[in-house]
Amino acid sequence: MKLQRKNRLRATALGALAVSGALVLTACGSDDNTSGDTGGTGGETSAASNIKCDGAKGQLLASGSSAQKNAMDLWIKNYMAACPGVEINYKSSSSGEGIIAFNQGTVGFAGSDSALKPEEVAESKKICKTGQGINLPMVGGPIAVGFHLEGVDSLTLDASTLAKIFDNKIKKWNDPAIAKLNDGAKLPDKAIQAFHRSEDSGTTQNLGKYLAAAAPEDWKYEAEKKWPAPGGQAASGSSGVAAQVKQVDGAIGYFELSYASSQSISTVDIATGGATPVKATSENASKAIGAAKIKGTGKDLALDLDYTTKAEGAYPLVLVTYEVACDSGNKSDTLATVKSFLTYTASDEGQKVLADAGYAPIPAEINAKVRETVAGLS
Amino acid sequence: MTTTDTSVQEHPTPTPPANGTTLRSRSLPRWAPLAFAAVSIALGVGIGSAAGWESRIQWGLVSAILFVAISYAATTAVENERQAKDRLATSLVWVCFLLAIVPLASLIWTTVGRGAEVLDGYFLTHSMAGVLGTEPGGGVYHALIGTLEQVGIATVISAPIGLLTAVYLVEYGKGGLARAVTFFVDVMTGIPSIVAGLFILSIMLMAGLQPSGLMGSLALTILMIPVVVRSTEEMLKLVPNELREASLALGIPKWRTILKVVIPTAIGGITTGVMLAIARIAGETAPIMLLVFGAQLINPNPFEGAQSSLPFYIWEQYRIGSEASYDRAWAAALVLIVFVMLLNLVARGIARWKAPKTGR
Amino acid sequence: MASITPIDTPPASPAPPKPAKSTGRAGDKIFLGLSQGSGILLLLLMASIAVFLSYRAALAVSKDEGNFFTTFDWNPAGDPPVFGIAVLLFGTVVSSIIAMVIAVPIAVGIALFISHYAPRRLAAPLAYVVDLLAAVPSIIYGIWGALFLVPYLEGLNLWLDQFLGWTYIFEKTEVGVARSLFTVGILLAIMILPIVTSVSREVFLQVPKMNEEAALALGATRWEVIRLSVLPFGRSGVISASMLGLGRALGETMAVATVLSPSFLISMHVLNPGGGTFAQNIAAKFDEANQLGRDALIASGLVLFVLTLLVNGAARLIIARRKEYSGANA
Repeated sequence: MKLQRKNRLRATALGALAVSGALVLTACGSDDNTSGDTGGTGGETSAASNIKCDGAKGQLLASGSSAQKNAMDLWIKNYMAACPGVEINYKSSSSGEGIIAFNQGTVGFAGSDSALKPEEVAESKKICKTGQGINLPMVGGPIAVGFHLEGVDSLTLDASTLAKIFDNKIKKWNDPAIAKLNDGAKLPDKAIQAFHRSEDSGTTQNLGKYLAAAAPEDWKYEAEKKWPAPGGQAASGSSGVAAQVKQVDGAIGYFELSYASSQSISTVDIATGGATPVKATSENASKAIGAAKIKGTGKDLALDLDYTTKAEGAYPLVLVTYEVACDSGNKSDTLATVKSFLTYTASDEGQKVLADAGYAPIPAEINAKVRETVAGLS
Repeated sequence: MTTTDTSVQEHPTPTPPANGTTLRSRSLPRWAPLAFAAVSIALGVGIGSAAGWESRIQWGLVSAILFVAISYAATTAVENERQAKDRLATSLVWVCFLLAIVPLASLIWTTVGRGAEVLDGYFLTHSMAGVLGTEPGGGVYHALIGTLEQVGIATVISAPIGLLTAVYLVEYGKGGLARAVTFFVDVMTGIPSIVAGLFILSIMLMAGLQPSGLMGSLALTILMIPVVVRSTEEMLKLVPNELREASLALGIPKWRTILKVVIPTAIGGITTGVMLAIARIAGETAPIMLLVFGAQLINPNPFEGAQSSLPFYIWEQYRIGSEASYDRAWAAALVLIVFVMLLNLVARGIARWKAPKTGR
Repeated sequence: MASITPIDTPPASPAPPKPAKSTGRAGDKIFLGLSQGSGILLLLLMASIAVFLSYRAALAVSKDEGNFFTTFDWNPAGDPPVFGIAVLLFGTVVSSIIAMVIAVPIAVGIALFISHYAPRRLAAPLAYVVDLLAAVPSIIYGIWGALFLVPYLEGLNLWLDQFLGWTYIFEKTEVGVARSLFTVGILLAIMILPIVTSVSREVFLQVPKMNEEAALALGATRWEVIRLSVLPFGRSGVISASMLGLGRALGETMAVATVLSPSFLISMHVLNPGGGTFAQNIAAKFDEANQLGRDALIASGLVLFVLTLLVNGAARLIIARRKEYSGANA
């Protein structure tokens, strides 16, 4: 009998211990990472003076494109440092999930690699009671084609060879087509291991659009988010592809420039047909984005990119990612935060962060319209 | 003639008439297996380094094959065919054992080695707020809270249901319903965790629910209930019938007998079972990935808003793919392993301490 | 405290008999209702899993422009949406078979080692360690596999291609790192080792001592004892243990998702990167999936559910049948 008492006591004690342990734990954690010395990659909190927090409060959920994750991380870091009490939680998953979450009303805004489709706009009207979802081009960036080849540091390819490589038509690094573009480079007799994204991705779609526009003879696939060509190897996320390229000798893969610079992976220069091959830099990408036309109507600022541009120093393989928000009818509790945050990201200060992180700022002319639209969000 | 019947013989003397003079057949010395092992490892390493194989896996495999072959050949030569077969089996069993231990040891070794690099007090008490995925810093606190809360809720739901079901099966259950429940509990233990996640997801899609820690807990509940039922059932079956009969004979109603006699007697084993179940679900990634959204910030409210969890955090950091994030993934893996192993050790400790209660 | 005896126990219920009788009946009914209710709840839960998954799956399959079972593609976001599980089914089965082929013999070896070979003092701790290993979360196997095992398997793959390439199966026709179905099989084998081992060990320990001793008395070697009395007795136990392991391997998600380089091609060259499994596909495609995509993934999950249900059900039936037989040995 004593034993049973004890047992019960013990069980209760154990339970109490677990509960109180959890409570104690809840009290001692911290979101504050500013004290820790984190060597920033261009993420310096620039005095935070110009960020206006008017009315922003509470938690703002956002989700979407992983292509803009690195930019978003920096922005959020700076913004939260300037506006204490505001929490922004950007889940980088994919444009698709971002848009779904946006259309379900889960998130305040979504990040997307491609403009909303008509049916997605129609669906968004349910959430934006008085308006609809619009695309705000916020982050531009070159899609770098990274490679890892022992003994070769720089490489020039054109759209046609890229298409053939990713389509498994060119299988060796010393293929004559590659050698012709790289006079004097010592290309080894090594198999090419081409990596692509295993999940659907806006980056894949942009690469597809570029290849289809610039090398229609060699790339017959439709530009979809899903990788269309058979063969090749796959990895999950831009980061996964970059990690594989970094590890594997003879690998080639595509990802946003920021992944290449943060992992120090060499990138391919693209021969566009202009005088000299173009390097994948944010400056060169901005030039190509500058050639884009706005195809959205009304407040929607969706862009139409020109992938076949031969302008001097314009890197044609670019990606523009949008923030998707309601033009009017945003949820009242997050409206102020969304507006204030997007105002910051579209500001000179916010756009300047991009270049440091391997992205490309949106050209001034388009950006002016973005600012105007953001100011009018309601 | 040299063997006694109770002890397991190292070398049961074979009976076939040895050719001629002695009854004792020739046998290898007791240290022979060790010598074979040493020789084959040396050979394996030699061949491996001579041929310039980079992967140690090849060295190991060559050594293992050599070990089996040498043992067999030597025993055939010195002893006889039957002994050789016995030796072959013995060496194969040893090799199997080592084959299994090596990867598992390597796994633990890697996790502890890599994990300890970043794991410290700061890591445990800070979230990932404002830390770039590619740069060092930040911590696992938000995920830790998420895991504790989700697992806690799952336990609160599934422990009573599991306990009651087990009581039903052992104390009341007869006939078709009990048989059906038993069978489906068994089958339920085999549900892939991702299917449990998809089930909750399909409910969420239909009811228009938002991702939250609670959704993750519900999926974990589905995985946890059958484990609790199974182990509780075993424990209740161990309670001697005399206890029940004595209690009933005193006019105590059955429900009081169960509550006051049967369950207290088995409580140690039941606690063990529940803790092992917790240990199992704490490491589940797949359903969590679909249901809790994931977060970089501390969210102590499991009923609303995005949460993270330890396994999810590991997956997330792995996917970022930079050195700093790999370090964090390993550190979180170490935290998770320690958490799970502690639960296991404590649970088994309780089981051992309470074990001799069967009344036999 | 261990000195407690059953006789001490009855007084532990302090309830006076009289009120107990009156509340007893009602209490009994409530208690029975509660416990029976939770049993029924479990059955309902299983049923609703099947119903909900089937419902969402039906939504998806009705919009599928390809054949859900034979299409070699997964593009529910496409226009028209096309997706099929052929590749996933193939990859799931092949990787699980590889895992079984590797794991079952080794697990039987370990089980025998613990039950019959290991020095007695080592046996209990070893059994304990094997059980602990079953508790290592799969995501940790996953990152270990991707960051550690894959690079180490390059050499082995080279060998298999070189020496066993003529078998077609082990011919490596495409370049690429070892992120193949074969590697997945190895990792799954490591992961299911503990469960197959512990169930087999239990069975081997139940072999009637009399049989073994009889064999020993006749002068059998240890191997002959095992072959003649242990293995025949344990066969059905090992089979069901293997099927439990198979059930785990079929549904494993994270370890496959981290290691495999997925593609939608069926190839018997298991060393080539490529292929996919149900669970891996769900984990990989979930993030980017739209509404239809999620339903399509749920549909593939339903197939996986049915598959594991069959395997586990079969394993349990074998165990149940075996129990009836082994009653005689008690």
